[in-house]
Amino acid sequence: MSESKSLRVAYGEALAELGAKNDKIVVMDADLSHATMTSIFAAKYPDRFYNFGLAEVNMMGAAAGFAHSGLIPFASTFAIFGTGRAYEQIRNSISYVNANVKFGLSHSGLSVGEDGGSHQSIEDIALMRVLPGMTIFVPCDPIETKKAVFAACEINGPVYIRVARPVVETITREETPFIPGKANIMKDGSDICIMAIGLMLTEALKAADILATEGIHTSVVNFHTIKPFDTECVLKMAEQCGAVVTVEEHSIIGGLGSAVAEVLAGNSCAKFMRVGIQDKFGKSGKPADLFAAYGLTAENIAAQCKFLIK
Amino acid sequence: MNNEIINEKARQIRVDIIKMLYLCQSGHPGSSLSCVEILMALYYKAAKVDATNPTMENRDRIVLSKGHACPALYAILADKGYFSREDLWRLRQIDSHLQGHPDMKKTPGIDVSSGSLGQGASIAVGLALAAKHKKADYKVYVIIGDGEVQEGIVWEAAMAAVHYKLDNLIVLLDYNGLQIDGSNDQVMSIGDIMAKYRTFGFECIKVNGHDINAITEAINIPVAGKPKFICCETVKGKGISFMENHFEWHGRVINTNEYNVALKELGVMTNV
Repeated sequence: MSESKSLRVAYGEALAELGAKNDKIVVMDADLSHATMTSIFAAKYPDRFYNFGLAEVNMMGAAAGFAHSGLIPFASTFAIFGTGRAYEQIRNSISYVNANVKFGLSHSGLSVGEDGGSHQSIEDIALMRVLPGMTIFVPCDPIETKKAVFAACEINGPVYIRVARPVVETITREETPFIPGKANIMKDGSDICIMAIGLMLTEALKAADILATEGIHTSVVNFHTIKPFDTECVLKMAEQCGAVVTVEEHSIIGGLGSAVAEVLAGNSCAKFMRVGIQDKFGKSGKPADLFAAYGLTAENIAAQCKFLIK
Repeated sequence: MNNEIINEKARQIRVDIIKMLYLCQSGHPGSSLSCVEILMALYYKAAKVDATNPTMENRDRIVLSKGHACPALYAILADKGYFSREDLWRLRQIDSHLQGHPDMKKTPGIDVSSGSLGQGASIAVGLALAAKHKKADYKVYVIIGDGEVQEGIVWEAAMAAVHYKLDNLIVLLDYNGLQIDGSNDQVMSIGDIMAKYRTFGFECIKVNGHDINAITEAINIPVAGKPKFICCETVKGKGISFMENHFEWHGRVINTNEYNVALKELGVMTNV
């Protein structure tokens, strides 16, 4: 436990490891290979790495061409450019035809930090979630990132892996199962359930510790797969706890919070609240300062939980 | 195939296009008629394809990036035997495998779904680069429209095609000078398109886009180390007097009177 590594380094290492096992894997980047860390794969397999320059839309289109030719392309750039600028390529060239393209897109969320709001992708999950047949993984630590890469390779169809930039501690174990579409209950309590994704799992677990000191028994669930979504787990935990709080480093519109709301609506009377980015853009700052400014901290999550069940 | 047979085949393809579009009361007549000979040069002459084995691993890939012209492609695929000619009369209908724009998941013989303009050019680069990656010797043909080259992705694709020395990629431009809102020059001038592609690093050839032999010859000119661009000069609505060179016929519905006149011009007497 608690080995520190950035998710993007874990992503690059996983690609290189996967490359050894499967010679159909090719990796594409748009002049950000040293930021997305596909450079780790490129160093090991230069003949299987294709740089497309600063031309993300063409990279996604070409990725479809690779997939149509029987290869398994992993296309990488920042989440903002991959899901945003190349959205319609992902929609029409890839998703519409169920092309076997994987995109591991890094620098998602506010934790990009100093580069500011122009580079902080807070709507990528919303954009990908509406595409039929899309699989979306949001890994929470380096171990889970590697599992997401390997799981993506086993799925026949498009997979979006949302990768964050910062160095984080591992909070899962090698033996923790990673079953696409199946949420992991990390902590089981009966008073309230925190459903979280990505880097927010760390904050959610700390929030549960804070709440424990006040006698509040908290469940924490890791929804590493946003699509297909584990609706069964949502309803089970809603019934068990009677109160649900979602936490995400993403807009409260269209992401995890919306996915949970869509399940609860008409099916549950559980109290419900969304912690996330409240329909605003990001800005420059250190990741920790941004998390504090936007309420994405253990302290705020705990406070919101108490407010909900008071 | 001698010229007489080719010309007769082209006439029959045009008859089918008009009938398909009349029956579904939608679609793009001018754009379809414009690229008949370009597609015929590929399917009847230059490209290595087999209707009895549409997914043959080593076949040449053909991408109709200007996907709205698919009635021409469907008529040719039916003639080649990829599916029944009767299917043509269900174009754009519910449950038909012939969609408004080409769909690789539904129609035998379609290598790539297309229609969102510009994307086919980019996918073709991926196909050609993948062929190089696999050390396969098939070629990739992509047909683009002159309005389509206004899409930025076409130029991102062109840059990558030259960077990766894709001499297995052949871009064919259906250059009729017209798009939905008017002439290219009225809407957004595409300038000297040959010079643009030449500057990007393509081998560039200009041909009469209704001369199947000339197109085939241009395709067969050997080029090493760079992609090829063939500017096919065409007439929008080719073959039907009242459609020729009228941008309004890009996507206009054919009424019954027009249908009868059009078929008469193509040598078919109708009684609709």
